[in-house]
Amino acid sequence: MWEGPGFSPALPFLITLSTDRSRGAQLGAFGHYLTGHFATLRLEFWALFVGGLANGVLYGMVAVGYTLVYGVLRLINFAHSEIFMSGGFAGYFVMKAMVGNSVPSGFASVSFIVIGILVGAFVGAFMATLVERVAYRPLRRRHAPALAYLISAIGASYFLYNMAGKEFGRVPISMPQPYINHPIFHIFNAPVQMYYVIILIAGAVMFLTLDRIVAKTKLGRSIRAVAQDAETASLMGVNIDRTIVLTFIVGGALGGAAGFLFGMGTGVSNTMGFVPALKAFTAAVLGGIGNLRGAMIGGFLLGVVESLSVVFVQAAYMDVVAFGILVAVLLFRPTGILGERLGRAA
Amino acid sequence: MKRYFANTHFKRLMSSVAAMAILELMTGPPGSALDPTAGFTGSFGEASSFFGLFRTQRWVVFLFIAFIMFGLWTSWLTWGAQVKTATTKAMSVPRSVSHKQPVRWGVTLVLLVVALLLPHLITDPFWQAAMVEQIAVYVLLALGLNVVVGFAGLLDLGFVAFYAIGAYTTAWVTGALPTAAPFGIHFNNFYAIPIAIGLAMGAGIILGAPTLRLRGDYLAIVTLGFGEIITIFANNLYGITGGSQGTKTIPHFSLHVGPVKYLWGLTPVPYYYLTIVFVILFLIGFRLLEHSRVGRAWTAIREDEVAAESVGINPLKYKVMAFAIGASTAGFAGVVTASQSNTIFPSSFTLQFSINILVLVIFGGMGSITGVVLGAIVIQTGSMYLLHTPPAGYQPQDLYIYLGALLVVMMIFRPAGLVPSRRRHREIGLAEAGEGHMDEVLTGDTP
Repeated sequence: MWEGPGFSPALPFLITLSTDRSRGAQLGAFGHYLTGHFATLRLEFWALFVGGLANGVLYGMVAVGYTLVYGVLRLINFAHSEIFMSGGFAGYFVMKAMVGNSVPSGFASVSFIVIGILVGAFVGAFMATLVERVAYRPLRRRHAPALAYLISAIGASYFLYNMAGKEFGRVPISMPQPYINHPIFHIFNAPVQMYYVIILIAGAVMFLTLDRIVAKTKLGRSIRAVAQDAETASLMGVNIDRTIVLTFIVGGALGGAAGFLFGMGTGVSNTMGFVPALKAFTAAVLGGIGNLRGAMIGGFLLGVVESLSVVFVQAAYMDVVAFGILVAVLLFRPTGILGERLGRAA
Repeated sequence: MKRYFANTHFKRLMSSVAAMAILELMTGPPGSALDPTAGFTGSFGEASSFFGLFRTQRWVVFLFIAFIMFGLWTSWLTWGAQVKTATTKAMSVPRSVSHKQPVRWGVTLVLLVVALLLPHLITDPFWQAAMVEQIAVYVLLALGLNVVVGFAGLLDLGFVAFYAIGAYTTAWVTGALPTAAPFGIHFNNFYAIPIAIGLAMGAGIILGAPTLRLRGDYLAIVTLGFGEIITIFANNLYGITGGSQGTKTIPHFSLHVGPVKYLWGLTPVPYYYLTIVFVILFLIGFRLLEHSRVGRAWTAIREDEVAAESVGINPLKYKVMAFAIGASTAGFAGVVTASQSNTIFPSSFTLQFSINILVLVIFGGMGSITGVVLGAIVIQTGSMYLLHTPPAGYQPQDLYIYLGALLVVMMIFRPAGLVPSRRRHREIGLAEAGEGHMDEVLTGDTP
C-alpha cells in the first residue's frame, strides 16, 4: 500500500478499511514516505519548477479572461474554456497547413509560432464576441437574474465543445511541431526545453502588454471605470455595451493564444479546455478575482505548486491538488492573495 | 450602408439565417480532424429532399425555413400579443375549477393510474428498460436538482458527484467493492439507502458550507470541480473502488421480511414499480417542503437575500440545507441505478450527466415540480427516441449539442421554463421590469 507515491494519506478513514496494518505501523510508514519524497523534491525541484512555471503562465493567461469579465459583469464566464479550445483548434489547423513534414527551424520556426499565437488570439477573441452576443447580450437586454447568465453560459460552453467534437472528431490529436523541442539551457542541472522558453517569452510579452493596456490606454480606462461603477461610468460617456464587448475580446484573445500554446505541447481535443479552465479559475481566485496582476501571480503560483505536488502524489491527482487549493482559498482567504481590486490600475 | 445594418428587419432576417445555419451544422454529417471541412461542406451541400417535393441541397431547404422563420417572427412581433391573450383565454381553466380539491385529486389519480398501467401499455423491451433507467430515475434526479436550482436558486454543476457517492455506497455496503463492507456484513440494498443518503448529504454539507458563504457562482465552479474530482478518485483508488473497471457484482434489491420474499431481478417492470414508489414519495416530500417554512425561506432568499436576512432568516443555513437535500436525492438515485444495473463504472459519472439533469430542470421550469417532472419525461423520452430510431446522420453524442443549445435558447426566450412556477415567473417578470432585487447584472442601459 505504501510503496509508491499515493494520495492515500489524505484518506485515513478509507485506509483503515483497506489495510490490516496497525495504526502505529502506518504512521511509521508515513514518516518514511515523507522523508523519501523530500529527497526526491530536492533533486527534481528545478525541473519541476520550470515546467510548473510554464504551465502557470498558461493558467495566468486564461485566468486574465475570467478576471476581466468578472471585473465588469461580476459573473464567471463559463464559456471561457471553449474560447481556449477554439484557440487551440485554430492553431492546430494553421500549423497543419504551414508546417508540413519537416520540422522548421530558425526564422521560419519563430514566425510560425507568432502566426499561431496571433491566429489563436484572433479566433479566441472572435468566439468570445460570439458568446457575448448570443449568450449574454439578450439576457442583459432583458435584465435577467445572475443565475440565468450562468446557465446560458454553461449551455454555450456545452454546445461549443460538443459541436467541436462533431466537426473535428472527439479524440485528442497532437499538433505538428513548428520547432525542435530540445533543451536550450540548464538551470541547476535542470534542462529547460524550447517549449517552456516559448511559453515564458510569449507570456511575458502578453502580460506586459495587457498590463500597460489596462493601465494606460483609453480602452483600459473605460474597462476600469465600468468595473468600479458602471452607472457613473456611463454618465461620464463610457459606452458600456462597447466596453463589455472589448473586455470579452481582450480576455478571449489571451485565452485563445493560451489555447494554441497549450495545444502545441499537449495536443488538441474538444475537451481540452475543461481542466485548464478550471485551474485558471482557481488561479484567478487565488490571486484575487477581478485583480489583473493577481490572476497572473495566481497562475504562476498554482502552476508551480501543482507541478511540485507530483513528488508527493500520483500524477493522476494533480487536478485534485488544484481543486484542493481552490477550496482552501475559498475557505480561508476568499479575496485571494492580492485581494479583490475591481477596476484599479493594476 | 450603415442604415442597412441598423434596420431591424434586416437584423431579424440575418438572425434567422444564422440560427438556421447553426441548426444545419447541428444536424449535418460529422467531420474529423483529418478532414475538418467535411462537416461544414456536408452540412450545407449534402443532397436533400425539399419536403418530399424535389431533390436539392441542404442549404436550400434551410434557407427556405429561415425565411419562414423570419416571417413568423415578424408576424409574432405584430400580432403576438393578441394571439397570446386569445390563447391563454381559450386554454386557461377557470380558477374556480382548477383550484377545487376534488378536481386536483382527480387529475392526480388519473395520472397515477396511467403511470401504473404504463408498463402494460408499452411492451417493447427497449422502452420498458428506458422507462426505468432513463426516465423514472431521471425524474428523481431532476426533482432533487430542482430543490437546489429551482427552490434555492443555486447552480450545482457537480450533481453527478453525489450520484456517484450513492452508487459507490451501494456497492460498498453490499460488499461489491474491493474494500471490505462495513462490519464485514454484506447488507441488503435497502440498507444502502439511508447510508447513501447520509453520505451524500454529508458530502453536500462539507462542500456547500464553505462555498455558500461566498457568491452564488463560486458554488457552480466548485461543484463542477468536485464532479471531476470524484471521477478521478473512482478511477485511481484501485484498492477501494475497483479503479476504471468499476464493479459488476452489485446485487439487486431484495425483500426478506418474515414470510415475504421478493427479489427484483433483471426485468425492468418490477423495478419500474419500485422506482415509481420512490418517485411518488419524493414528490410528496418536496411538495410539502415547497410550501413549508423552509420552502418560504428559500423563496425569500432567492428574491432578496438582504431582506430575508433582516427578517431573521439565516441564508447560509437554508442554502446549505437545499444543497444537502439535493445531494441526498442524487445519492438516493445512485442507489437505485446501481442496484438496478448491478454495475458501476467511473466513466459513467461525467459532467455530461450533471448538465443533462440541469437541462431537465431548466426546460421543465425551475422551481415548478410539475414542470420538472414533465420536462424530465419529455426530454428523456425524446433523447431515448433519438437513440432508438436515429434520423439519418445522427450520432448519439449529438444529443449534447442539442441540450447545450436548448439551455441557451431557454434562457433567452423562456427562462421560467415550459411549465413555469407561478412564483418564479413573477420574480423574473419583476426583475425584467427593473423592480425586483434578484442579483442584478450590469445591463448596459443608460440610466
